[in-house]
Amino acid sequence: MEQAGYAFVDILIVLAKVIVVIGINLLMVMILTLGERRIAGFIQDRYGPNRVGPQGMLQPVADGVKFFFKEEVIPSKAEKVIYVLAPALVLGPALLTFAVIPFGGPLSVVGKEIQLQIAELNVGILYIFALLSLSVYGLVLGGWASNSKYPLMGGLRSAAQMVSYEISMGLAVIGIIMITGSLRLSDVVMHQNELLFGFLPHWNIFLQPLGFIIFIVAAYAETNRVPFDLPEAEPELVGGYHTEYSSMKFASFMMGEYIALITSSALMTTLYFGGWDFPYVDESSLGIWGVLLSIIAFAVKTGFFLFLYLWVRWTLPRFRYDQLMGLGWKVMIPLALFNIIITGVVMSLL
Amino acid sequence: MGVKNVTHKSRWIERFYIPAILSGLKITLKHMFQKKYTVQYPEEKWPVPPGHRGAIRLNKDEEGRVKCVACEMCATACPAKCISMEAGVAPWDDREKYPVWFKIDMLRCILCGMCEEACPEDAIQLTEIYDFSTYTRADLIWEKERLLKNYDITVDGKYFDRSREETGL
Ligand code: SF4
Ligand code: SF4
Repeated sequence: MEQAGYAFVDILIVLAKVIVVIGINLLMVMILTLGERRIAGFIQDRYGPNRVGPQGMLQPVADGVKFFFKEEVIPSKAEKVIYVLAPALVLGPALLTFAVIPFGGPLSVVGKEIQLQIAELNVGILYIFALLSLSVYGLVLGGWASNSKYPLMGGLRSAAQMVSYEISMGLAVIGIIMITGSLRLSDVVMHQNELLFGFLPHWNIFLQPLGFIIFIVAAYAETNRVPFDLPEAEPELVGGYHTEYSSMKFASFMMGEYIALITSSALMTTLYFGGWDFPYVDESSLGIWGVLLSIIAFAVKTGFFLFLYLWVRWTLPRFRYDQLMGLGWKVMIPLALFNIIITGVVMSLL
Repeated sequence: MGVKNVTHKSRWIERFYIPAILSGLKITLKHMFQKKYTVQYPEEKWPVPPGHRGAIRLNKDEEGRVKCVACEMCATACPAKCISMEAGVAPWDDREKYPVWFKIDMLRCILCGMCEEACPEDAIQLTEIYDFSTYTRADLIWEKERLLKNYDITVDGKYFDRSREETGL
């Protein structure tokens, strides 16, 4: 009886975590759609949308309502089933990825330790890479099923781009796995919780600066953001793989993209910037406040990377396709391999 | 032919691209906090340069009476044929006629200013008002009262300082 009661509570806790995380993710998507446009405005010396609600705060709501009421167009030559499935194939994996990211320190309530992480997976990093490569299917299938030339080109490009940058991303992360000795993301965070040489936070960015640069470049390519947004390069491909999509299906693609942004920002925070670690403070000694502090630290760091995504978008021009491939294969992968060698050499010397 | 080959030899530091990206980010960050050039229409209005041909007004004389003497010169000159009026015997001694009603169809007016040129009394003029859109077509057929009101809100040249409530536009 006792056992069953505990199991029930456990399920409730997991459910609560799932709902909170998905809710916050969707809320962040809304904020990002607005933030993207406001920041674009500010960078270009204008205001951006500021009419709906105070400071344009309700603009995402207006956009959402608009998407719901738009006419749903399915091209008559499209491969119907796959065409309808593709947006879900983008959105689904994107939502699932966040499950293994620890977003706060362990919380203990009435003698029960709750991990602020939906799934404590011992292969967390592999899980994330698996899901990241799944989302490419959505783009490719969506592009192909539209039965139209621009989406097809966009889909092909995204496939080639994601496949080539995934390699360097994975190789960059190997450096981290080597130092941490674990694929579990909570171990990665715990490992960064102390101080380095007594004054620097023990964050992986200080141990793996080259790895971080490779990771962030690959992450920008993986999420199809400027300067690597070739799959949806407007001047040449109209809208890229989602050219033929309308209404909520288009919105699903967009949501999937933004959630991928959030996840990769959270991943950068977790892997290289100490996750929920607030530097110079021992969270476990502060009880509930420590947990709160850790969540805030995580949110601020992730928020910074999200802002960086938007900031970079309105700063850099787009790569040419051959430059993109050249950078991916001829620069990033050798650099990532070099990073692994350096890490190995330093580790064996120390 | 006059082809000039420009070669740029990048220093080794430039080949890392990262300094260039960072300086680009610095520029955009600076712009983020700069003065914005947007004019927040309808709360703010862009003042037009002098001589702008906007909405039409009917001028008043010193005693506040309509200056127009209903001579129909403007209606004759108007290429869009959008001015119509009915002349009546003026209730004042210093002129014979005045417009009983005077109507301009702003839907047809092309804001050419021919009426202003034609008027012998300087009674009809184009103003700096450009924000006179309405929700119905009927609201764009302006009667004498509306044209005289345009005079009231523009006569001192401070139209763009007035709030929306004050101008009623
Ligand atoms: S501005 Fe031109 S079109 Fe308009 S009323 Fe005067 S003469 Fe007619
Ligand atoms: S030309 Fe001048 S005076 Fe004559 S009818 Fe027109 S506005 Fe009146």
